[in-house]
Amino acid sequence: MIDDLIQKPAEWLRGEGPMSDIVISSRIRLARNVAGFPFLSRATDEQRCELTSILRSNIDGAATGGQWTYLDIEKLDELDRQILVERHLVSRNHAESKGSRGASVSKNERVSVMVNEEDHLRIQVLRSGLQLREIWEEINHIDDKLEDRIDFAFHPRYGYLTACPTNVGTGIRVSVMLHLPGLKLTGEIEKVFRAAKDMRLAVRGFFGEGTEATGDFFQISNQTTLGRTEEEIIDGFSRQVIPRIIEYENIERRKLLEGRVLALDDKIWRSYGVLKHCRTISSDETMLHLSHLRMGVNMGRIKILDLATVNELFLLTQPAHLQKFFGSRLNGEQRSEARADCIRRRLTES
Amino acid sequence: MLYCQQCKKQAATVHVTEIDQGEKRERHLCQNCAEEKGYTAEKVVPFGKSLAGFIVQNVGAKELAELTCPHCELTFVEFRNSGLLGCPGDYDAFERALVPLIERAHEGTSHHVGKIPRRLGTPRPLENDLVRLRGELTKAVNEEKYEQAATLRDQIKTLETES
Ligand SMILES: [Zn+2]
Ligand SMILES: [Zn+2]
Repeated sequence: MIDDLIQKPAEWLRGEGPMSDIVISSRIRLARNVAGFPFLSRATDEQRCELTSILRSNIDGAATGGQWTYLDIEKLDELDRQILVERHLVSRNHAESKGSRGASVSKNERVSVMVNEEDHLRIQVLRSGLQLREIWEEINHIDDKLEDRIDFAFHPRYGYLTACPTNVGTGIRVSVMLHLPGLKLTGEIEKVFRAAKDMRLAVRGFFGEGTEATGDFFQISNQTTLGRTEEEIIDGFSRQVIPRIIEYENIERRKLLEGRVLALDDKIWRSYGVLKHCRTISSDETMLHLSHLRMGVNMGRIKILDLATVNELFLLTQPAHLQKFFGSRLNGEQRSEARADCIRRRLTES
Repeated sequence: MLYCQQCKKQAATVHVTEIDQGEKRERHLCQNCAEEKGYTAEKVVPFGKSLAGFIVQNVGAKELAELTCPHCELTFVEFRNSGLLGCPGDYDAFERALVPLIERAHEGTSHHVGKIPRRLGTPRPLENDLVRLRGELTKAVNEEKYEQAATLRDQIKTLETES
């Protein structure tokens, strides 16, 4: 299964769907727990195993849109787990925790149902570009099918009950990943952060150096899960928040093209130069330069590359994918060398 | 030079701020160790674990200390330390302590208005009215239309006592 996965691009990096020059991917996740069982922090090993087997068989019966494969995360080796994290199919938390747990993944990598994560079930649907309405239809349908078979813990006042009260109610987490190099370059990004905070949305850096607000990738997600319907939460994203940020990013990109085109081209082509000729490179530096290339391609400043190549490199240069492709365990230094090698080869071919 | 906290050999170039149980914790790592620990891809802030800092102290400490769920035997103190509940029954067992916390995390509300499991049937008309009114109330509060909000609150109260 894992070996099949790595032969193709990950769904979230497909680079398709509406607004995909700015919106990398959209995701909705639902948290559910089986009625009559304790949450996982209080579950015994036996109960955990029982949950795994109940959920596994019911997920198989609820699979929609083609075949799903169940992965026993507990039995997978560390590198394979890491591959799933890099492809956004399971959370890092799920990969690194202990005990009986799994994930059912659809062949197209859009659907992943995590078993025994923080909640008994974490259903996730992911697509590239801005496709929240479509995702909601799909995930709601999957949830219905599961609900035909399993009684989920539900409370007339609080809604779907979750291990952590910050998820209670709808149990929904909507996340949109954005590429905002224009706002970052012109320094206007802070305003977006502030506006998002006012709307009770969480913004966090993605691919960053671990510190806040480094890098050009940002993930925006809702924090409130109670007191609003799923549709209201989703519409807030797809009708208000995201279109506004897209508009803002486009304004900044236009400003760059009008007033700072030399500096812009310099940035893009320098990044191209570094990536094409480096002999060793860290993952952070890779992300920075790939971001510039992505911007260059999307703004029509660099035509000798296509988006697919850039997207592919985002994935291939991640530590686990890199090691999988080289077929051996590599330490940090070796990875940096392998990474440079891999990038150089792709850029020379294309 | 600041050395990496993990290997203590290389310079720390990656600085991570984690919020764990309401406490900020800083980690300083070198590039290699950071990658090893997975800090360079998606940075995961354990959202649930930040709850402890949220606890509202309007229930007496002694009373809180004695709260225990009769089903899973989790104490409220244990919940406060981990940020995670032990079983669905905790929502009722810890109700008085939890409601302020839930309201704080969810813009002042503790009433679900979204999807309902099909096995529980379709919502009754009264519930639908409440859903709608609560939505309007949130909007009114957001738009600082306080008079309208007060009227809506009264209507909701009336409906709630009817049900
Ligand atoms: Zn180190
Ligand atoms: Zn309990």
